[in-house]
Amino acid sequence: MLGHTLAEKILSEKSGQEAKAGTITVVDVDWILMQDGTGPLAVKQIEKLGIVKAARPDHTIIFLDHASPSPRKELSNDHKLLRDFSQKTGCLISEIGKGVSHQIMAEKYINPGEVLVGADSHTCTGGALAVFATGMGSTDIGMAIVSGKTWFRVPESFKIISKGKKLPKGVYAKDIILYLIGLIGADGATYKALEFTGDFFKELPVEDRLTISNMTVEAGAKAGLFPSDRHTRAFLEKYGRKEKYQEIHADKDAIYEKEVQIDIEGLKPVISRPHTVDNTVFIDELKPVTRVDQVFIGTCTNGRIEDLRIVARIFKGKKIDKRVRCLITPASVDVFQKAAEEGLIEIFIRSGATVLPPGCGACVGVHQGILADGEVCLATQNRNFKGRMGNPDSHIYLASPATAAYSALTGKISDVREIL
Amino acid sequence: MKDVLKGKVWKFGDDISTDLITPGRYFHLRSDLNELAKHTLEDADPDFIKKISGGDFVVGGRNFGLGSSREHAPTVIKISGISAVLAKSFARIFYRNAINVGLPVIICDTDQIDTGDELIVSLTEGKIQNVTKKKEMDFPPLPKIMADILNEGGLVNYIKKNGEYKI
Ligand code: SF4
Repeated sequence: MLGHTLAEKILSEKSGQEAKAGTITVVDVDWILMQDGTGPLAVKQIEKLGIVKAARPDHTIIFLDHASPSPRKELSNDHKLLRDFSQKTGCLISEIGKGVSHQIMAEKYINPGEVLVGADSHTCTGGALAVFATGMGSTDIGMAIVSGKTWFRVPESFKIISKGKKLPKGVYAKDIILYLIGLIGADGATYKALEFTGDFFKELPVEDRLTISNMTVEAGAKAGLFPSDRHTRAFLEKYGRKEKYQEIHADKDAIYEKEVQIDIEGLKPVISRPHTVDNTVFIDELKPVTRVDQVFIGTCTNGRIEDLRIVARIFKGKKIDKRVRCLITPASVDVFQKAAEEGLIEIFIRSGATVLPPGCGACVGVHQGILADGEVCLATQNRNFKGRMGNPDSHIYLASPATAAYSALTGKISDVREIL
Repeated sequence: MKDVLKGKVWKFGDDISTDLITPGRYFHLRSDLNELAKHTLEDADPDFIKKISGGDFVVGGRNFGLGSSREHAPTVIKISGISAVLAKSFARIFYRNAINVGLPVIICDTDQIDTGDELIVSLTEGKIQNVTKKKEMDFPPLPKIMADILNEGGLVNYIKKNGEYKI
């Protein structure tokens, strides 16, 4: 019998049958998430069945993170509807100000070998912990909440192999994933699972893996998976659940549809230009000089404490350019608290940045940093689609937290290697 | 589900994101789908909703529906009266969502289809007739589970009827 990829392995285990790529299978889901943008519709779809119940309420989490706190009454009513649903069913609720779903799922809930489905496209973030995690729409999620199950077409996998061991100065996990998306395109991995392997990825901490898995959907992927290893164990231990660790990796003779190699040591900081994520360029090829009106640091991609430490190192004792608004949104309240304890928040305030409550912040154009006509934003988020930040007449560039921080100081998109 | 669909084409390019179909700035209208539908595809073509008639087709290029998981995107396309979306390829979540809300999605070579063309699409036969260009095209059938969901008019009806997923 042929070996299994990581995706096939997890889905075989969860469906109780051989789940080879291409087969359609029904699986028990371990965790379900929905958020305030997609949750209300999921609840309404559940209500159409004439029942209001959850198969596993203590494994179903509702996040109030997109409009947090609510900027208008329609969204307050949506929040109320979700709180009521949580009351009725016992599903858990993660309140406003607690943070972005994907960060909290990693901090508190998911473990290697599990299946997570979420009514949010970046649910694939969980792949960093060897979780088969993928995004779906409200109806799929509503039906998963009621039945505890969903169906999958088992994806073919691409093997993404790192060459080399060490990233050059000024280059981070974010640059790797932006580079990969630029390489294979915004639809380069549609319906596929990406599996990351190689010397470099094996030594990458889970925090950085989260950034990479988070953005695999920007290449169309269904899942972005890392095998579990000592780094996964260390992460679980840090968050108080080391007993949940299990080793899970692909078989040596697994079949991959494609292999893609990334020369880690040859990378430079990457910028993704408007209006598609795959419109990438190395920073030294970015022309002409691009002034920025807003710099946004945070989101499920890059709002972790490690990211904020990098930003604080660059900001320390410096002032943000007078013409730039710099918004910083910790991904979770845990991150926020650590940033406060470590003195990072003070550095941000002294440098002139605006610190916002944990949540999605300006990422999705609901509130907290909507751009004016013609304005340019450099963001650490995962998407730069036209209109993403609330105005179709604005321009969004994507980069790592280091590039974003340095650019906030200079007022233009700048090469952070100049100061390292 | 109606099997034979007839209407006029509204053609879009590659990479039509869910942000272009249902912009984030209308986030507050998500619980009022009829209102939200008045802004369908607004950031791709501001006059789209004024121009279309019931039964028309949306035709895209590659990677239609990329981006967020918001099911509101296929839902408002359906509410606006569009009978099906045709594209060279679809983003995964949009594709699955469209079937779940009962909006037919068809994968075919759309290079030969232009705005204004009259199409007749037969879902069960997998045939597209371009009346304007006098051309015919076939398209591959959906996987069985998706065809069953679409035939029921969407996933809620499917689950109501079957109680579970029948593979
Ligand atoms: S931070 Fe942005 S990308 Fe992440 S869940 Fe929130 S809106 Fe989506």
